[in-house]
Amino acid sequence: MQPDPTQAAPEAMLSVRGLKKVYQTDGGDVEAVRNLTFDLRAGELACLVGPSGSGKTTLLKCISGLMAPTEGEVLLSGKRVSGPPKKMAVVFQEYGRSLFPWMRVRDNVELPLKNQGVPRAERDRLVDEALEAVGLSHVPRSYPWQLSGGMQQRVAIARAIAYQPEVLLMDEPFAAVDAQTRADLEDLIRTVWKKLGITILFVTHDIDESVYLGERVIILSSSPTVIQEDIAIDLPEERDQLETRSLPRFTELRHHVYEQIQLAKKGDRPAAAGTPSAGPTPAAASGADVA
Amino acid sequence: MSSKTLASGAAAPSVERQHRQVRKMPTKQLLGLAGILGFLLTWELIPRLGLVDPNYLPPASEVIAALIVDFGLTAFWVAVGETMKAWFLGLLMAVAAAVVLGFIIGSSNFLRKATNSTIEFLRPIPSVALIPLAVLMFGVKIESSLLLIVYAAFWQVLIQVLYGVADVDMVANNTARTYGLGRMARIRYVVFPTTLPYLMTGVRLAAAVALVLAITAELVIGSPGLGREIALAQSGGAISGMYALVLATGLIGVLINMLMRFIEKKTLSWHTSVRSEVFV
Amino acid sequence: MKTLKNLGYLLGLPVILILIWWAATLETENFFVPTPASLVETFAEVWFGERIFTDVLPSIGRLAVGVLVAIVIGVVGGVLIGSVRWLRALLEPTLEFFRAIPPPVLVPVLMLLMGITDTMKVVVIISGCIWPVLLNTIEGVRAVDPVLSDSAHTYGVDGWARVRYLVLPSASPQIMAGVRQSMSLGLILMVISEMFASSSGLGFAIVQFQRSFSIPEMWSGIVVLGLLGVGMSFIFQWAERNILRWYHGQKEVENAA
Ligand SMILES: Nc1ncnc2c1ncn2[C@@H]1O[C@H](COP(=O)(O)OP(=O)(O)OP(=O)(O)O)[C@@H](O)[C@H]1O
Ligand SMILES: [Mg+2]
Repeated sequence: MQPDPTQAAPEAMLSVRGLKKVYQTDGGDVEAVRNLTFDLRAGELACLVGPSGSGKTTLLKCISGLMAPTEGEVLLSGKRVSGPPKKMAVVFQEYGRSLFPWMRVRDNVELPLKNQGVPRAERDRLVDEALEAVGLSHVPRSYPWQLSGGMQQRVAIARAIAYQPEVLLMDEPFAAVDAQTRADLEDLIRTVWKKLGITILFVTHDIDESVYLGERVIILSSSPTVIQEDIAIDLPEERDQLETRSLPRFTELRHHVYEQIQLAKKGDRPAAAGTPSAGPTPAAASGADVA
Repeated sequence: MSSKTLASGAAAPSVERQHRQVRKMPTKQLLGLAGILGFLLTWELIPRLGLVDPNYLPPASEVIAALIVDFGLTAFWVAVGETMKAWFLGLLMAVAAAVVLGFIIGSSNFLRKATNSTIEFLRPIPSVALIPLAVLMFGVKIESSLLLIVYAAFWQVLIQVLYGVADVDMVANNTARTYGLGRMARIRYVVFPTTLPYLMTGVRLAAAVALVLAITAELVIGSPGLGREIALAQSGGAISGMYALVLATGLIGVLINMLMRFIEKKTLSWHTSVRSEVFV
Repeated sequence: MKTLKNLGYLLGLPVILILIWWAATLETENFFVPTPASLVETFAEVWFGERIFTDVLPSIGRLAVGVLVAIVIGVVGGVLIGSVRWLRALLEPTLEFFRAIPPPVLVPVLMLLMGITDTMKVVVIISGCIWPVLLNTIEGVRAVDPVLSDSAHTYGVDGWARVRYLVLPSASPQIMAGVRQSMSLGLILMVISEMFASSSGLGFAIVQFQRSFSIPEMWSGIVVLGLLGVGMSFIFQWAERNILRWYHGQKEVENAA
């Protein structure tokens, strides 16, 4: 590690350095992400919000090593990511298509563990626990396509949990589930996060959700994408669908994020655009601004 | 720094685009061409190096030369014409019969159930089993070819039409009813468009099968056409000529496939994205 | 009551057809068409005896070996070619050409190259049956859902596990469609290779009967081929139902939605 201004903070679990991604298509080049730099500390739960088409999925694919960035790099525990890292799990936006339709629910959850050579007893325990956690212990022998959308999404989440990742990336995982299931799943994510102490990067375009879930919200500008703002969420640790959402502080934060996204959509770019933003939690101050 | 990226970002697409259309698209075709050339080269070398007796497998260049000679012969084109005639007539009869029967059977639940066992029993019977019958009844005339072709092609189309008619969306059908569309109008606007892609798949498969059976009849029974020429060339020891004719049948096969895909694309341009091939 | 009705649907039309056949052959002696009774009689006479071992079983053996080998080569080759982009671009046009050649023309070609042997007949079947499986497998491998493929990747499902758990199952509907085409092609090629160049086997026997104008015997041979076709179709449907249970289930759900 050389002394470099873009150097990851030493305690960073995941750090994204000057990331840029240009898609080469038949119709010319598309610059999806221009310049992104941020760090996630180990055990942090951060939400990433941004307008549709702002490159959230692209960013996640670069982080998970499915796609090489055009410029910049992604570091996981200080090591450069060049392929899908072992200790990372991804829950995709198109959850229905991310489950193997020829395998039963249980086999879907079990496959990554089996592939890693986890012994049978251990595997069974992890799978049972994960299915239990998402409330699906009663359908292990169903096929994914026999389940409702929300249940399918929970299978995908169970698979990620059972895998015991250190970093969990989720791409708008609740976009297609009903409000009630959504609330349940949000609480599930918080519970799992607290229990396992993993690092989570949660992509969403739902402002309420980002504020409710995250310890921190990273707002992206519209494409070509830079970081619009990075806010710490200073809500109480224990969150409750009714109480937390009715706190005045919740409303303020929500209001602020909303304004920023509106700005982003209008194409108003932050002053810092193009230059790497500072450390992991620079924005606590801007959160206080609104207060 | 940011202004620089912006400038290059704005300039890049137009340059890239021109570049791409000249360079990127043809690489695939070039590779494909290289594959064909590689195959021909291997073929050329195998007999030349003595791996196989050139009397049995002449080098590619000789065969291609023989094919070019064939292209100048009336007899060749007459044989091609005979094969294509049997192919076309057989396919036409099979499709006509299958469409009529398919729509009749498909639109009635009773008929569908009652014919199911018979269809499932008759369909897998290989049409070549009818060869002796064809010989007895028609000898070496084109009717022999037609019997085999029609039998083989008919089932391909019939099955697809039956699937297609069964696939009609009840919601769409009921919607049409609530807007007062009568039986004929529903067939015209709901049933037929739903069935069309299936029908086209059936016709495409049937076209390939019909060619196989046309050649088979000519080869085995001796009805006029390319297949008979191949058998004659083989028994007469005109080995390069035989390989040339085999190449010719392959070319006809490729042309038929291309033609069928073209027709399918034309008729289904509105539909292809919605529907992928049905595996039945 | 319900089963009776189903039985009616199952046997109704076949029984009617046989009755018509019986009635039609009752009055006039038709040289080409035997009566149902004489056909049944001849069938038992001709095929339940030595012929099973000299003609029927060897034919079926060659067919089975040929089709199975073609399926194995087709699937293995298809997975390989389908997974490597440049290889696919390189080979696809050539393979399309081979697929377009009507397989029966391979009989005289291979006869020339290999002589009239059992191996030659098996090779005819293999080289005709391989193309539908190969090209369908390539197509199926290429069409693996990108999201599913990414999922497998992030969970470290690579190499052989990827083929086993992702590529093969995902391509299986297309592979089975290819296998179905191959099986009927295989039967056709088995018959032709025996009719064209043989002194034994089903195809040979049937042509012999026809040449000697043994009409009921000839028909009984046609029936044997028909039964063979139906038998293969049953085996295929059984295999398909087991392998593609998930696929049909998923389609049903999608269509219902
Ligand atoms: N494979 C691709 N090829 C070319 N361009 C792409 C590709 N994938 C994404 N893009 C482009 O990159 C940009 C960002 O896309 P991305 O899918 O990352 O957005 P997103 O933030 O995830 O949007 P959403 O919220 O709608 O999911 C878009 O302009 C999109 O058109
Ligand atoms: Mg997205």
